[in-house]
Amino acid sequence: MSTLTKFSAIPYTGPAPTNREPYVAVDGPAADARGAAIAAALQHPGMSQELGQDMPSFIVGKEHIVDVLRALKESSEFAFTMPLDLFGVDYPKRESRESGVGSRSETGGLRTPTPDTPPPARVGSRSETTDLETPTPDTRHPGRFDVIYQLYSLKNNERIRLKVRVADGESVPTGTGVFKGLDWYEREVFDMYGVIFDDHPNLRRILTHEAFQGHALRKDYDPAQRWLLTENDVARIIPKIDPRFENVDTDYERVTLNLGPSHPATHGTLRIVVTLDGETIIGADQEIGYLHRCFEKMSETHTYQQVIPYTDRLNYCSAIINNVGYCMAVEKLLGITAPARAQHIRLMLCEFMRIADHLVCIGTNLVDMGALTNFWYLFQPREEIYGLIEACCGARLLPSYTRIGGLAVDVPPDFLAKSQRLVDMMPKFINDVEKLVDRNKIFLDRVVGVAPISAEDAINFGFTGPCLRACGVPYDVRKASPYLGYETYDFDVPIAEGGDTYARFLVRMEEMRQSLKILQQAIDRGLPEGPVIVDNPYVALPPKAKVYNEMESLIYHFKLIMHGIQPPVGETYFQVEGGNGELGFYLVSDGTKNPYRVRCRPPCFQIYSAFPEMIMGQTIPDAIAALGSLNIIAGELDH
Amino acid sequence: MPNQPYDSSGSIIQRKRGGPPGEGAEKGLITLPGESEREIEDLAGGTYLTTTVDTMVNWARGNSLWPLPFGTACCAIEFMSMVSSHYDIARFGAEVVRFSPRQADLMIVAGTIVDKMSPVLKKIYEQMPEPRYVIAMGACATSGGFYRAYHVVQGIDEIIPVDMWVPGCPPTPDGLMYSILKLKEKIQRGEIRR
Ligand code: SF4
Repeated sequence: MSTLTKFSAIPYTGPAPTNREPYVAVDGPAADARGAAIAAALQHPGMSQELGQDMPSFIVGKEHIVDVLRALKESSEFAFTMPLDLFGVDYPKRESRESGVGSRSETGGLRTPTPDTPPPARVGSRSETTDLETPTPDTRHPGRFDVIYQLYSLKNNERIRLKVRVADGESVPTGTGVFKGLDWYEREVFDMYGVIFDDHPNLRRILTHEAFQGHALRKDYDPAQRWLLTENDVARIIPKIDPRFENVDTDYERVTLNLGPSHPATHGTLRIVVTLDGETIIGADQEIGYLHRCFEKMSETHTYQQVIPYTDRLNYCSAIINNVGYCMAVEKLLGITAPARAQHIRLMLCEFMRIADHLVCIGTNLVDMGALTNFWYLFQPREEIYGLIEACCGARLLPSYTRIGGLAVDVPPDFLAKSQRLVDMMPKFINDVEKLVDRNKIFLDRVVGVAPISAEDAINFGFTGPCLRACGVPYDVRKASPYLGYETYDFDVPIAEGGDTYARFLVRMEEMRQSLKILQQAIDRGLPEGPVIVDNPYVALPPKAKVYNEMESLIYHFKLIMHGIQPPVGETYFQVEGGNGELGFYLVSDGTKNPYRVRCRPPCFQIYSAFPEMIMGQTIPDAIAALGSLNIIAGELDH
Repeated sequence: MPNQPYDSSGSIIQRKRGGPPGEGAEKGLITLPGESEREIEDLAGGTYLTTTVDTMVNWARGNSLWPLPFGTACCAIEFMSMVSSHYDIARFGAEVVRFSPRQADLMIVAGTIVDKMSPVLKKIYEQMPEPRYVIAMGACATSGGFYRAYHVVQGIDEIIPVDMWVPGCPPTPDGLMYSILKLKEKIQRGEIRR
């Protein structure tokens, strides 16, 4: 019982859990001040500020939302040009209350701060801002659903959250006229909550199938209620012809061609229907949801710890990054940070995962273009990375290695030596592949200038990650809002010009090199000593040896298993840089052991929604090459 | 039904075991799957092997499976690991991965099947020529795994027949390889007639 008990969690002298207390965002005062400045500058009657959030937050009347979105986007001072996310949250209890707004009940009901019941006083909360809160009648709407918009400003590197409250059966005007990226999000909210978006060009179900009834993420929907789909119910998709080609008359016949959902070139379960004029694509439409595994509903029925394996299965090519993102979001809600050693290991494994993700993406992309050798070749270093992860925790692909507050187990003693070996061997593989394809005429003909997207469009769609950087926009969460100590590492954010398939290839290649650079620095610094999980028995299980021998530890163990982690009541958002871009988790806690809402912002989602626009006027082989370069991971795309 | 061992003890000429079969060569013992060890008979001066057509065909089939990866999710990535360089399923004759159901005889369902996908899975299965075999790879394909959810098929045997179930989430490439070997044995024993 030596090493196990070395970092004992007992006796614990820190604070007891605060689950009946509201969540206090660390950056709350700053966010409130910034929110006040935004409100003062915009002077929009429909906005009322919500205080104490982790980013500037407003409640907006539904008839104002399009105006507010447009004002925020077009304001030269704030320039919230990127739609990061749009999702719903269901508060059924709120509607049934007489006042329509929830105050916290004794049993830990959900806190719903509203303009007329200011949130509980807290240190540093700015009561002066109340003059901005003079609510107009529409902002007091006691609706059941919160429809939440999150925007990002590249100019100021800041985020904003807008909430629209709607009752059951009410509708919201569509924001697709302002941000193209909202198109699919609105369909998703409609599918999951039944909120209707007026004037949406194509408001039909997106993740569930045609025979589905009800709206799955509503709180009163039974998580296991299935609806069977038979072949007769499958909707026929006929893509709209792009207006540019509508009146073009060629000698060819127009053909509609279906690719997928089981197709060699679609990497998973994507379905694209294209209309061809000769060889030119003149219309395209996609259908997704062929891997909708109900991540968000499953999260609501499990405890905080139990959600971790579900996060693995979002982007299964870089599972640890998902683990880290989710765990750090919960840690933010709990107000704890993982020990230095755990953070260091997390960072290293995240970078290894990023490399593995890019290797798979590049490898499979090249297979689609006939370069099978690279695929076989690149899988070798990838297997080595998985070997390292297997040495750490016993699992390969989906390790679920992190825990809330740290890591499941410590790394093996030769972790750094193993990592060094990997870092040493990797450049050869990257350089060899580059040599094989980079001056290869066949490859260049297939990728240069194929499926380009302009920086402006990419931002408008909400692109993040390598696909955005390939358009020349240097946005990387690791630089913009560093976590895990990325700010102390010396690395560059590679960007490329043109936004085409070739640019995406180049960016990914260079990112692997940058990741290796980070890894080398991390290895040189060495692993900090200490435990790998926080010393807090309300969050982390006590060591087994203690549990068998000490009464308190046994009780803590029992309590944590039975009652789970109970974070304070509130909501928060945390983002990390995933393999494909900004991977964000939005959490709502009601103080019980299950998350009230877990929203994952999947970076693929918007990237894929832009796909028809990118391939319009090109040919099918171009589309296949482009699809591989976007690295659409179905698990993440469909949640 | 497995074939009964062929009893030819009367005609066996005792020779040394293990030599290679063929004309002029030493007679050896040869084993066909599903049968006990038996010697090659020397009839009319040449080297013969007596068996049934079924056994012969099953033996060939088992050694040359052409998989169709119906890969939907994370398990498909492990399938890719199995076929690629490190684990290399080519050692067992199942490397000819075919994406067209009409050219394949082994469907490996690797990944979660959701209700939206189920008509597709069924259709693709029906497009495969007989005999066809199905491996359900991973917890999801087997039982829905830990997705007891409103949109997930709780095991693909709701839709199509399954020959092999592989446990794991995801199964390791070795695990999947083992299932292919097991399936090969099963085919060669002649147990599957479909
Ligand atoms: S069994 Fe596990 S690894 Fe396989 S598809 Fe299901 S969740 Fe993914």
